[in-house]
Amino acid sequence: MNKLKIILNGIVTENPTFVLLLGMCPTLGTTSSAINGMSMGLATMFVLMCSNVVISCVKDFIPDKVRIPAFVVIIAAFVTVLQLCMQAYLPALYQSLGLFIPLIVVNCIILGRAEAFAAKNNPFDSLLDGIGIGLGFTLALTLLGACRELLGTGRIFGLTIFPEEFGALAFVLAPGAFIALGLLIALVNKLKTR
Amino acid sequence: MLTYISIFITAVFVNNIILSQFLGICPFLGVSKKIDSAVGMGAAVTFVMLLSTIVTYLLQAYLLTPFGLSYMQTIVFILVIAALVQMLEIILKKVSPALYQALGVFLPLITTNCAILGVAILVIQKEYTLVESVVYAVSTAIGFTLSLTLFAGIREQLQLNDTPKAMQGIPIALITAGLLALAFMGFSGVKIC
Amino acid sequence: MQSNILNMVVVLTTITATVGAILGGVYKLTEEPIAQSSARAQEEAIRVVAPDFDNNPIAESNTIENNGQFFVVYPAMKEGQHVGAAVKASSRNGFNGEIVIIVGFEHDGTIRQYRVLSHGETPGLGAKMDEWFRTDKNNQSILGKHPEHTNLTVSKDGGDIDAITASTITSRAFLEAVSNAYNAYMNQPIDVLSGSTTHTADDKMVDALSGSTTSCGDETKSQPHNEEEATL
Repeated sequence: MNKLKIILNGIVTENPTFVLLLGMCPTLGTTSSAINGMSMGLATMFVLMCSNVVISCVKDFIPDKVRIPAFVVIIAAFVTVLQLCMQAYLPALYQSLGLFIPLIVVNCIILGRAEAFAAKNNPFDSLLDGIGIGLGFTLALTLLGACRELLGTGRIFGLTIFPEEFGALAFVLAPGAFIALGLLIALVNKLKTR
Repeated sequence: MLTYISIFITAVFVNNIILSQFLGICPFLGVSKKIDSAVGMGAAVTFVMLLSTIVTYLLQAYLLTPFGLSYMQTIVFILVIAALVQMLEIILKKVSPALYQALGVFLPLITTNCAILGVAILVIQKEYTLVESVVYAVSTAIGFTLSLTLFAGIREQLQLNDTPKAMQGIPIALITAGLLALAFMGFSGVKIC
Repeated sequence: MQSNILNMVVVLTTITATVGAILGGVYKLTEEPIAQSSARAQEEAIRVVAPDFDNNPIAESNTIENNGQFFVVYPAMKEGQHVGAAVKASSRNGFNGEIVIIVGFEHDGTIRQYRVLSHGETPGLGAKMDEWFRTDKNNQSILGKHPEHTNLTVSKDGGDIDAITASTITSRAFLEAVSNAYNAYMNQPIDVLSGSTTHTADDKMVDALSGSTTSCGDETKSQPHNEEEATL
């Protein structure tokens, strides 16, 4: 398989958010602004890359029946490493993402990729797959975050595009998350049928 | 007593786990096409959430905190939940086949339901007592079941409608969920002391 | 790989033990930076709000507990002179959970500066408090005001401060926390529950100390609950 294709596959054909519809909780919960969405995407990407590589390295030593628990332990380990490092070096970001950092453990994307890709391919390809899917997820979250931030507050990445008074605040709040994501997926569907 | 009522109202309506905290979205979108399965999923979640919260609370209080192992929280909690779900499946199969028939299919889905792990971590963060944690877990699960059932009811009707092709399935479901969340925002700020 | 009881147990144990060891190592490595970064954040907040000082306010801080809520007074000293303080205070009457702020006072009690440390208020509405009460516009700023001469309640309740648009509950809670901070600084009784600015009444002391919960939430209950949603 072409190496570039593995990466593109994760970003476009198997985009975790818009096509596979996985990992909806952090997608909705952390995208109140573009920067938050991007940070969450990158955090997930880090865990995904590490877990993919390690799982692909140890896959031959793990008995089939305990495969899932073993994968979960490995994923949880990387999540904890991430948690500790963020607490130490990026405390403000850690606070704003809050509960969703430990919850990366139960993000279906990561376990899904471990099962579907890392358990069958070599470590290097698994790393590429991690990068691809991770980037796809990050892009989707950044896009959703940017849309919500723009519609809600008139800013993108903190840059004012139009005055705050004209924004529809609901987009920053919970209902807007659902509606914005629904519209974005509909748009992607529309583009796909073209 | 007032504290418990307050926790209950807050968890069910004000900070509804799905519609305002965004936890447990996967089953919310996945198992909400029929009211029957929504109720079944709700019951299974209530069961597991209650058990797992008690077990993880005790583990945190008597194992992790005293030995300074709080950083192992995520890993221990997820293992406990996974083991618990497996055990529950085996026990239910033996003890009550009828209940297993009703809940069995939902159990494997629950391990990756972030609402369960989320609640286990939240009660520790909020520094609840054991009783408060139990009340919180049950109320959250009720809130989950409530919004899941409401949502399934709406989706059953939606299927009869003629939605644009690109909107069919998940997009229209998400927008419906958004409207439901908007309705639930009416509860925000409600306080019982 | 075929599974049997032996290799299942061995593999899981090995993985868990390895993971445990690695995490223990990472924890040891990050323990110091985590403690440092939280201490630094605290020190920075104190430096921003309190008058210029040359002592160590964190080491000399004084914690006052009242009905389960903590107020921490960080005294600021300059060349041996008491020049003011930073006070960490909180209110539980926020729109969504607790609001924790740090307020800096001049020696005489004039409000110097404040920062919001943590809150659960609605983004775009209540969350504006971090800017609102220090923006010099109409009557919204509390900076340079003295709680003794200013009625630190929202104008809707007959006070001197303009509430955040569409976020009266948040504004009330915020001002309650400021008043409590002032009371803690002046060593006056703190009325955690009702959040009113009472500096003199002695009976409030009894009320606060007895920890009665009767007055809790009265003012929020009498208001329409969904007023923050009015602007949506």
